[in-house]
Amino acid sequence: MSLLGKLTLDAIPFHEPILMVTMAVVVIAAALIAALVTKYKKWGVLWHDWITSIDHKRLGVMYIILALIMLFRGFSDAIMMRAQLALATGGATGYLPPEHYDQIFTAHGVIMIIFMAMPFMIGLMNIVLPLQIGARDVAFPFLNNLSFWLTAGGAILINISLFCGEFAKTGWVAYPPLSEMSFSPGVGVDYYIWALQISGIGTLLTAVNFLVTVFKMRAPGMRLMQMPIFTWTCTWANILIAASFPILTAVLTMLTLDRYLDFHFFTNEAGGNAMMYINLFWAWGHPEVYILILPAFGIFSEVISTFTGKRLFGYKSMVYASGAISILGFIVWLHHFFTMGSSANVNAFFGVMTMVIAVPTGVKLFNWLFTIYRGRLRITVPVLWTLGFMVTFTIGGMTGVLLAIPGADYVLHNSLFLIAHFHNTIIGGAVFGYLAGFAFWFPKAMGFKLHEGWGKASFWCWLIGFFVAFMPLYVLGFLGMTRRLNHTNNPDWNIWLYIAFVGAVIIMFGILFQVVQLIVSFKNREALKDTTGDPWNGHTLEWSTSSPPQYYNFATIPHVHDIDTWTDMKEKGQAYQQKSSYAPIHMPKNTAAGVMMSACFTTFCFAMIWHIWWLAIVGVIAGITVFFKRCYTSDVDYYVQPEEILEIESAHNASATTFNQGKEFSA
Amino acid sequence: MLIRNLCNIALGTTVLALTGCKGGVLDPKGQIGIDEKNLIIIATVLMLIVVIPVIVMTLYFAWKYRDGQDQQIYAPKWAHSGKIEAAVWAIPIVIVIVLGVITWQSTQQLDPYKPLEGKGKHLTVEVVSLNWKWLFIYPEQGIATVNELVFPANVPVEYKITSESTMNSFFIPQLGSQIYSMAGMETKLHLIANEPGTFKGFSANYSGAGFTGMKFNAIAMPTQADFDSWVSKVKSESNTLSKADYDALAQPSENNPVTYFGDVEEGLFHTIVMKYMQAHGDMNKMHKAMPEHSGHANHTMHSEGEK
Repeated sequence: MSLLGKLTLDAIPFHEPILMVTMAVVVIAAALIAALVTKYKKWGVLWHDWITSIDHKRLGVMYIILALIMLFRGFSDAIMMRAQLALATGGATGYLPPEHYDQIFTAHGVIMIIFMAMPFMIGLMNIVLPLQIGARDVAFPFLNNLSFWLTAGGAILINISLFCGEFAKTGWVAYPPLSEMSFSPGVGVDYYIWALQISGIGTLLTAVNFLVTVFKMRAPGMRLMQMPIFTWTCTWANILIAASFPILTAVLTMLTLDRYLDFHFFTNEAGGNAMMYINLFWAWGHPEVYILILPAFGIFSEVISTFTGKRLFGYKSMVYASGAISILGFIVWLHHFFTMGSSANVNAFFGVMTMVIAVPTGVKLFNWLFTIYRGRLRITVPVLWTLGFMVTFTIGGMTGVLLAIPGADYVLHNSLFLIAHFHNTIIGGAVFGYLAGFAFWFPKAMGFKLHEGWGKASFWCWLIGFFVAFMPLYVLGFLGMTRRLNHTNNPDWNIWLYIAFVGAVIIMFGILFQVVQLIVSFKNREALKDTTGDPWNGHTLEWSTSSPPQYYNFATIPHVHDIDTWTDMKEKGQAYQQKSSYAPIHMPKNTAAGVMMSACFTTFCFAMIWHIWWLAIVGVIAGITVFFKRCYTSDVDYYVQPEEILEIESAHNASATTFNQGKEFSA
Repeated sequence: MLIRNLCNIALGTTVLALTGCKGGVLDPKGQIGIDEKNLIIIATVLMLIVVIPVIVMTLYFAWKYRDGQDQQIYAPKWAHSGKIEAAVWAIPIVIVIVLGVITWQSTQQLDPYKPLEGKGKHLTVEVVSLNWKWLFIYPEQGIATVNELVFPANVPVEYKITSESTMNSFFIPQLGSQIYSMAGMETKLHLIANEPGTFKGFSANYSGAGFTGMKFNAIAMPTQADFDSWVSKVKSESNTLSKADYDALAQPSENNPVTYFGDVEEGLFHTIVMKYMQAHGDMNKMHKAMPEHSGHANHTMHSEGEK
């Protein structure tokens, strides 16, 4: 047994020019960033204000940065796949051999779901949720920091796999027996397992943290049925996470035991049963898609209500519909494998249950429509995303119900029709939602608005690109093209494959314009500055704070009388009220324990992947040591003094009221 | 408006695919496939009853209630209406009830395990997915083929399906349903071709590096006599398939040519399905896999993996 386990120089893909160029770019970019940070002497700021921060708003920003980086990575995979399929027609083999291509589609799925969509959703939740319920932070601020770094650890592992070893060649679901040692003896599946495990634990801790926050830390007077709708949908998503992620942890642990200790949970031989993995995987995997979509539904609700200048229509219906979706989401998993050979009764049951989910989802769509009804809709970037979603998602929902009919699924299962369907709901639903939320809450988090023109350009590229890229896949599904093919030889398919590639290029421009939007907005941040903290005439408490909010969020905790608390306060003339004195505020201190624990456990995972047992032991012991040290530290909090609060609050109220008076004079 | 144009294009292409294109699931040549195509169309039309109004209303409301229309009624506090709420719950519920009934009935009717009744005598074909090719065994005829499936048109075919190694899905889009093939298990599928022809078949579940090449032609012969003469042609092949030959065939290989076996060891399919069962399996392999022997040096490499 070598000191480095299975790890040798052969693990570095010197013979793969694509990977070596990527590696060079990554190294140069990292060096450049490090040089810039050094030049502007920002290492201290980076460490004290960000990496060790337990402030939910900063963690939220870091989650979203992680999500955007992973979006670039996942999209690079996507456009490589579309290019491969556009080139590899009529008997040509394209430029990606199966060895490489199979890793790309696996990585694309894992990255987009686990390391793009999840961090984006959790990032928005981090920034917004405590503010919406009038809390000063989450229930367990240190845990929140640890959750972020565990997620980041998973993302780092998946990126290391690009340049050191390989990633799984199993598809993102990693079905056994293909993912067992017999058929995947390389380290790819191990990267998959450990990256998902470490980030999954981070996600689970986040859910517990935010559930406690919502149940214990709401502002006085805020009943559960007065929580803002985004908080409600996040809460349903967190309940789903708390209930479903342990299943993922367990099923991956069983696969780990199979691969490392010759257990036989899912092997062909010795009584193993791959069907058990597939059932358990989707018992997590189906709730997971509702975890992604429910917060997006909440964002659309907030956006529509704010920009029509109206209360949300059917608030109670929305809350109950979200709850119904959450509960039903747990009893539909079998629709992912109607073709496994279950009896007609079983298939029919799961088909009908799946369709029932269309009812609460349909209710939501109608409620958004009636929120617009008799309102004054300002067509801003977040609203464009919302309207784009309502059109796109309706189509995706329809194809989803079609797939829920076992008789139809028998011919559409695993075809490109399925691929089109779930991109239709995940891009058209979740991603459009997060991008709407990004534009909507950006001024709150950063203190300046995003440039509207570039935002609209990006939206139109995404929307048109989506239709051009994915409508052809519906057609290809009907034409009998199955997923994960490396090359094709069917002249009827070619035209649709070419169109789909063009669509991916249009989406690429959508992403590019978003980057341009960020740069342009940053350069014009003085002109775009949000001085009031309430740039959209918002309804809920996050808009009552300054932009960005003070680290303690609220100088005095507001008293809540209405769902649209902030509107209520503005109407009663209670907004921007200056107090003459403040009570000291109890705040948590920053800590390096989260990032250190994550570094130890990420090292442990890397060591497990490569069978470097001594390092795994060192990693896990070091991680637990840091944890215990943190547990026995009593110096974890402090009080903000009234004088400091008074100074900060006077400055904010002065700037907000001056601005508002100016608005009244001009009006 | 651009969005509306896009929807029209999307709808147009879908309709085009529904009617014009050859060779897919919307161009079925077998009864199961025809029923499934009709099911897809009925369900889609039913759902469009809700989907089209929602899309039209979205665009109409967004236009009509856009900001700057000061003459419009503006009701910022209006947030509840019992009648509207009842309607928005009732409409989807009604559609889902109708769809649910259709689903229940069609699922019973299209159950892949259900023999096709009233169509005369069945032909039985045993299907084995190997890495990465298809083996078709004809137990009644005592022959076997690789990557070519031949049967008479208008005769129901019963497929018994299993896998040697990884999971695949046995699928001929123009004939209808697909079913997974799984090692150590037998799944079933009943299909029929309503007319003669050559249809594309493949694996619809990714199974590793050679997956793309797991294609075969499914050929429906015009008459029973044509099928019989094809059987005699295969029978005249000197190639035979004993268990040992099968083990050689099971070695991973890609893009295999069509191969005929004039004679097949009796009960081969059963042997393949049962090979992981303790009582019937290869004793040497079972010893390695049994729990009390799991601690040996080569513990991470299962016997089946040493290929």
